[in-house]
Amino acid sequence: MTSLHLVDWAIMAAYFAVVLGVGLRLRRSMTSSDEFLLSGRSMPAWVSGLAFLSANLGAQEVIGMGASGAKYGIATSHFYWVGAVPAMCFVALFMMPFYYGSRARSVPEYLRMRFDEKTRTVNALTFAVMTVFSSGISLYAMGKLFSLLLGWNMDVAMIAAAGIVLAYTILGGLTSAIYNEVLQFFLIVFGFAPLAWLGLRDVGGWSGLTARLATVSAAQGFAPDAYTRSWALLGSAAANPIGVEWFGLVAGLGFVLSFGYWCTDFLVVQRAMAADSMRAARRTPLIAAFPKMIFPFLVILPGMIALALGAGGGAGVIPPKLDAAGAPLLDALGRTVLDFDLATPSLLLKYFPSGMLGLGITALLASFMSGMAGNVTAFNAVCTYDLYQGLVRPGAGDRHYLLVARVVTVLGILVSLAAAYVAAAFNNIMDVLQLVFAFVNAPLFATFALGMFWRRTTGHGAFAGLLAGTAGAAIHHGLSLPAGAVAGVKGGYLATMISYPSDLAQTFWTAIVAWTTCLVVTIVVSLATRPRPEDELAGLVWGLTPHPADAGARWHERPVAVSVVVLALLLALNLLFW
Amino acid sequence: MGVPFDVRWPVGALFAVLGGLLLIEGLREPAAGPINLVWGGVLLGFGAVTLALALRARKRG
Repeated sequence: MTSLHLVDWAIMAAYFAVVLGVGLRLRRSMTSSDEFLLSGRSMPAWVSGLAFLSANLGAQEVIGMGASGAKYGIATSHFYWVGAVPAMCFVALFMMPFYYGSRARSVPEYLRMRFDEKTRTVNALTFAVMTVFSSGISLYAMGKLFSLLLGWNMDVAMIAAAGIVLAYTILGGLTSAIYNEVLQFFLIVFGFAPLAWLGLRDVGGWSGLTARLATVSAAQGFAPDAYTRSWALLGSAAANPIGVEWFGLVAGLGFVLSFGYWCTDFLVVQRAMAADSMRAARRTPLIAAFPKMIFPFLVILPGMIALALGAGGGAGVIPPKLDAAGAPLLDALGRTVLDFDLATPSLLLKYFPSGMLGLGITALLASFMSGMAGNVTAFNAVCTYDLYQGLVRPGAGDRHYLLVARVVTVLGILVSLAAAYVAAAFNNIMDVLQLVFAFVNAPLFATFALGMFWRRTTGHGAFAGLLAGTAGAAIHHGLSLPAGAVAGVKGGYLATMISYPSDLAQTFWTAIVAWTTCLVVTIVVSLATRPRPEDELAGLVWGLTPHPADAGARWHERPVAVSVVVLALLLALNLLFW
Repeated sequence: MGVPFDVRWPVGALFAVLGGLLLIEGLREPAAGPINLVWGGVLLGFGAVTLALALRARKRG
């Protein structure tokens, strides 16, 4: 167990003081629900861009991607270079004109404007439940991590983190969350950059890392470069550690899941909606795309280094998973099962002396808090505008909605805390919940793509498509099972008709089935039902919306030009680690 | 820079303080882990540049 020194606590205290100071300073500006929930649409592009990225930097990003780096190697970068950046370019160029131009206050509200109330309600309800539970799961992961790592009391860690997030979001609303996300972005970059630098130097640079991981590859039965090449071994799912073939990866992750998240999830889209102009809103995801491309070197590389340190009989830093009796867990072949979630934190403890350790721990805390604040601010906008104003009490005064938004913020934090305790008590319940969320999310992009680019799509078609897509995902999952898994939460609960080489392969193909089902059902039902008159769709559908003009803007202010630069860099990175 | 205040003020202030704390620790315990001095200098520099940019923006109105 590592203990922190005075300087480490001082660094943490300085961070908390600034975070709370931002909330206090913004309190006077929160005079309307528009200010509290939308930042008054006043954010410069670079601020909303960094917040767009930072809101996604929760526990899953920093700890989860480090763990995946240790499990899969550089192929984990596909979650960035295939599974994020192309979708960020797409939402910037093709979808933001509708989200921002329609003046919708949330993604579900866009669905109401484009389709109907029932489609909005199903999206708003599922989104609200998902965000608050995701926030709770993240909070539980944070409490567990700091309890294991530093011996902190789990209850105190969770309640303190939730309390600080509550304080600054209730004081300054979305603006406070966005400002603190900018702060948290820089803290995460400066907290993890020296970790990758010191670790890489310790293993002998990239060539040393490659040589060490070659022995891990050989022990697993893969080609020597399986952990250090991202595309070369994707011809067969059995030939690479990630256990996926190229089509499943590109279609499942790169298209369905990636576009479903980055193009339709209000958690990130809300940051772009807070921008101060249409051009700033369109540039928001593109500004976020630059650091997003570099993040694999900050969050995946430490996981690979942690794995490499234990290669060839070296002193590994990743501790084993423990069974109920506290003994190291063994797999079917009698090998020790490593706890990959502790790869990055263990590296922090290995390389950072007091002072730097305080910075690293604060960066970890910042990642949890930015993810939680992102969830809570999106939750309170959807609950206030789409559920309360839309369904419970339309037509009340703005002061009333501002009060409701503050109450919902408290409610969101309390439900997150409750969800964290549910996760602690019943881990399997959370596995099932996350599975249901995956079923609901997978078909979403088909609904939005048809709604924005095909004027014939109807509300009945969208609603039926969403339900059919979710059912399609559940049925496919129930009929399939990854290799080595037993029927249950991993799938196969209806029958085992399809076997996949890995969990990820099953996830990607479930998403493909859900998206395709949603697309087909939406088209069929739309053709059988009456579409809305075209004059009601102006500003909501491609072809009926004037395209934003960029004439006269400098090249770096033109979304198309910036996208070309982003995609060229993306291609270079993929070729470099081919 | 309708924005309540320039976000570069809190960012610059925080990193200047963090850099200062790391520099003090690096001078106090030079044998530990020196990385504290190197990274303290980097953070202090980043904080100072960020504050200078915020100040310049305020002077320009």
